[in-house]
Amino acid sequence: MTRYAMVIDTKTCIGCGDCVIACKTENMVPEGLNRDWVVEATNGTYPNLTTEFRSERCNHCSNATCVTLCPTGASHHWNDSNIVLVDAEKCTGCKACIAACPYDARLVMHPEGYIDKCTFCHHRVEKGQNPACVSSCPTRCMHFGSVDDPHSKVNHLLKTREHKVLIPETGNDPNVYYLI
Amino acid sequence: MSEELLVTARDNALIDPSLHIWTWEVAMYLFLGGMTAGIMIFAALMTVRNKDQVAPFATTQLALLAPIVLSLGMTALFLDLEHKLFVYRFYTSFQITSPMSWGAWILIVVYPISILQILSTVRSGYASLASFVDRLTIGRWIIDWCERYRTEIAFTVIPFAVALGIYTGILLSAFGARPFWNSGVLGLLFLVSGMSTAAALVVLIARQKSEKELFTRLDLVLILAEIALVVLSLISLASGSGQHIDALQSVMGGPYTLAFWVLFVGIGLLIPMLLEILEISGINKSLAMLAPVLVLIGGYALRQVVMDAGQESTWTSYSTQYSSELLQRLPKSD
Repeated sequence: MTRYAMVIDTKTCIGCGDCVIACKTENMVPEGLNRDWVVEATNGTYPNLTTEFRSERCNHCSNATCVTLCPTGASHHWNDSNIVLVDAEKCTGCKACIAACPYDARLVMHPEGYIDKCTFCHHRVEKGQNPACVSSCPTRCMHFGSVDDPHSKVNHLLKTREHKVLIPETGNDPNVYYLI
Repeated sequence: MSEELLVTARDNALIDPSLHIWTWEVAMYLFLGGMTAGIMIFAALMTVRNKDQVAPFATTQLALLAPIVLSLGMTALFLDLEHKLFVYRFYTSFQITSPMSWGAWILIVVYPISILQILSTVRSGYASLASFVDRLTIGRWIIDWCERYRTEIAFTVIPFAVALGIYTGILLSAFGARPFWNSGVLGLLFLVSGMSTAAALVVLIARQKSEKELFTRLDLVLILAEIALVVLSLISLASGSGQHIDALQSVMGGPYTLAFWVLFVGIGLLIPMLLEILEISGINKSLAMLAPVLVLIGGYALRQVVMDAGQESTWTSYSTQYSSELLQRLPKSD
């Protein structure tokens, strides 16, 4: 399995939301819906507070419960990679995958009735380009690539920087990493 | 403190502010599907035990209700689908890890088995319907065959009906992402509740005194088992991880407390249990017809509460700064 990962540096992210706009524009996401979003997490007790910005989206889990629980095979791993896509022609709109996602990230119900979600811009990845959100980030805090390739930027970042994934105890093996 | 704020606009339908993907349609299906399982199990058990004299309705007529009730339930389920034209996709693949896929195939297998079960008793249960089928040589031949293998058909019905009754609970419990559902007891609870609602249905419809009494006793046993399973599932949540304990709060002071304890446990389990005890012991029979009605209400309440509390239970905890209502305040420009 080719494992594509997104590595996002919370130290340089300023929470501007350009990634959200880039996604909506690139993927023509229907009005009122979003495939990615920015979270501002504040921790601690005043005056010792820390703030972290996180650009969040589908985690394209290696062990994706939305894929294992889909009754029709519409929700699938693309091209033997960890990228999770939904085949609209197989989707019945039963919504099991929405319930199956512990990150509540499977969330776009397309107005036509099928499930729509972050695709890691696989149509751009195919051409060797980065996902739209990564390409448009003004602070260059987002990185994308094959995590198992020892020469890739994401591999290097994960080797050299302290990082985390969201709620690893879900067991879903998520592939969006945050540098902390 | 730990605060997670959504700072870009996110107001995705079905997810925000909390997950709410399924409404009454799915609860109704869970209720009617469970009742169908109970109907088929009791009809089969009465056939196997040769209860024609004691329980004529359950032995010879009850089975006809199975495909009717199930079809109503499946209609509700179909209404819930968002991509209705693609419903056939359930039957172009089998996904071994998806209980919903198992369920779709179980439903397809249950129909013909249910028809065989009906035909095996149709001559004694519905004479006019039988005479209609008997006019055709092939119809007569099929009914003869079903009558000859009546017991074998009944034995075949039982495992499939149990699968129908139990899979819905397993389906919900397989959602690790929804802590409230994530208990292995849920499948059994749904099966027992489905059988209890079917027993209540028999008490309501059957005319013969001996049959009403038999099914009241059966229902009492099922209610007691259901109470035990409810206690077990609460213990399972209360002794789970943080997400499970948080999920339990929704019925322990949270928004579903009243519905769970009053509608389901009180009206649906405890009161009918008391009424049935009074009736069986001969102390008070005046409210005998109330118990089965309450059992049916409780059976539906269980599905609705479990479904609602379950889909809201979550691993994430975002607050959102965005409100779609703000958009309404913008001046309209066309």
